[in-house]
Amino acid sequence: MTDTPVRPDEIVHTTWSEPVSFLDGLPRSVAMTALFALFIGLWQLVYILGFVSPIILPSPGETARDIVFVGKNLFTGGYMLTALWITVKEVILGFAIAIAIGFSLGVLVGETSFGERAVLPYLVAIDTMPKVAFAPLFLAWLGFGIASKVALAAFIATFPIVVGTAAGLHAADQNARMLFKTMGAGRWQTLFKMKLPLGLPHMFTGLKIAAVGVMAGAITGEFLGGGKGFGELIRVAASQLNTPRVFSLILYLSLLGLTVFWSVVWMERRFVFWHKSSVMDNR
Amino acid sequence: MLAQRQTDPKGRPVYQLRQVAKSYARGNLRALDHVDLTLAEGTFSSVIGPSGCGKSTLLKIMAGLIPPSEGSVVLEGQPVLGPRRDIGMMFQQATLFPWRSTLENIVLPIEIRDGRQAAKARHDDARALLDLVGLKGFENSMPSELSGGMAQRASICRMLITKPAVLLLDEPFSALDELSRDFMNMELQRICTERRATALLITHSIQEAVILSDIVYVMSPRPGQFVEAIAIDLPRPRTLDMMTEPKFGAYVRRIRARLDKGAFL
Repeated sequence: MTDTPVRPDEIVHTTWSEPVSFLDGLPRSVAMTALFALFIGLWQLVYILGFVSPIILPSPGETARDIVFVGKNLFTGGYMLTALWITVKEVILGFAIAIAIGFSLGVLVGETSFGERAVLPYLVAIDTMPKVAFAPLFLAWLGFGIASKVALAAFIATFPIVVGTAAGLHAADQNARMLFKTMGAGRWQTLFKMKLPLGLPHMFTGLKIAAVGVMAGAITGEFLGGGKGFGELIRVAASQLNTPRVFSLILYLSLLGLTVFWSVVWMERRFVFWHKSSVMDNR
Repeated sequence: MLAQRQTDPKGRPVYQLRQVAKSYARGNLRALDHVDLTLAEGTFSSVIGPSGCGKSTLLKIMAGLIPPSEGSVVLEGQPVLGPRRDIGMMFQQATLFPWRSTLENIVLPIEIRDGRQAAKARHDDARALLDLVGLKGFENSMPSELSGGMAQRASICRMLITKPAVLLLDEPFSALDELSRDFMNMELQRICTERRATALLITHSIQEAVILSDIVYVMSPRPGQFVEAIAIDLPRPRTLDMMTEPKFGAYVRRIRARLDKGAFL
């Protein structure tokens, strides 16, 4: 840096770059790997220093070995796969029921003023309740089989779908409504050719929240109501203080959750290809 | 030939409003007060007035979207009792649906009224319209690939696909930037001339009303009524250069004076 003023006919180089901090400049893959390594390192450190009892926090190595063990059991069709399949069934059935009921109620609430004025207040009231608290009721009504878990999963997942559908149906702006009116469109045409497609982004937001809720519902149901699902395996492992097993079961469970979530995202990208949120990350 | 599009009071009346009034809230709010309006075939008329003067109410009545409280509304000898296919409408927003290609958006009014097959059968007509508005080759583009002006051109096609007897234009280019807007207004004139369209434009812009219209109706607010109908005697085709002519300026001043007097009390 010099303090000599620039002469009027002088050409100086004024290219310069904006400073980017080291952390922000890291490529994503490097940053994520480094963060993961740091986490494992800290975990190992805590284990070595003996801050926590190994029963409460096993070493990363132990956990990794157990993840491999559970993986082998799952992929060779062991008893854990049977348990996982039960949970998968609960999740899929629960999600399907939630979609059917949630969508119907959403259309009722979003399309009719009866639904909006008479049904919506009750839905809002139920939605504010802690829905997990209904689990004992579902157990009493539906028994300890998979039905009570499906019911709780569906119950939790229904509300975000209702809200998403109703909000989606309100998403159409005045222009689109007026345009359809001038074209002489009837109620069903307006619904299927305009309101529902325009509402898809909202509906998928609801579905994504529901996909998370349906997992929580199924596992909570299994924790509280026994059965033979994956949640029961976790409960048993935890009661035996087999912490590595709990960790690895949770890992595989979260893979199931991710699969459900990403299948919703995949559908969203297929059907809502025209909307900003679904194409954003590829640009 | 173009000069024949001049105001011809003896042109066949296409759209006739007689003593049309509209009240809201059980008659307490009078939005429109006994409006008389005749649109002669092939003429371009404008309604100009301040916000809340009942312009939109008038347009909605003419589009068959809401019923008038009083008066008769007759298009092509048939009373208007609801939306009709011979009424073409265009709004401030193009409102193209993003999951449909430009072509599919244009034939949407046919699809709604006559079904998918009928809409398919009109694809060639839609292509011809795209050609007319200067969007040739964009039939398979998605709306997100079109600029604001291009989207409005597509919505002109959508309005024209049902071969309407009257075009109702609700501030069609007011969302565009001023340069595009001037240009699109000239395009609108060209399209209306080519198709000998009968059109009614609702606008906030005095310049726009004068440069496009054969007659400008000045509206007063609440209750909305026409305070003056001004015939614009400028040769056709109009050009943007005419905006600098003294005669143009005189029309603008006259309309502005009329608006100032009644409008903002």
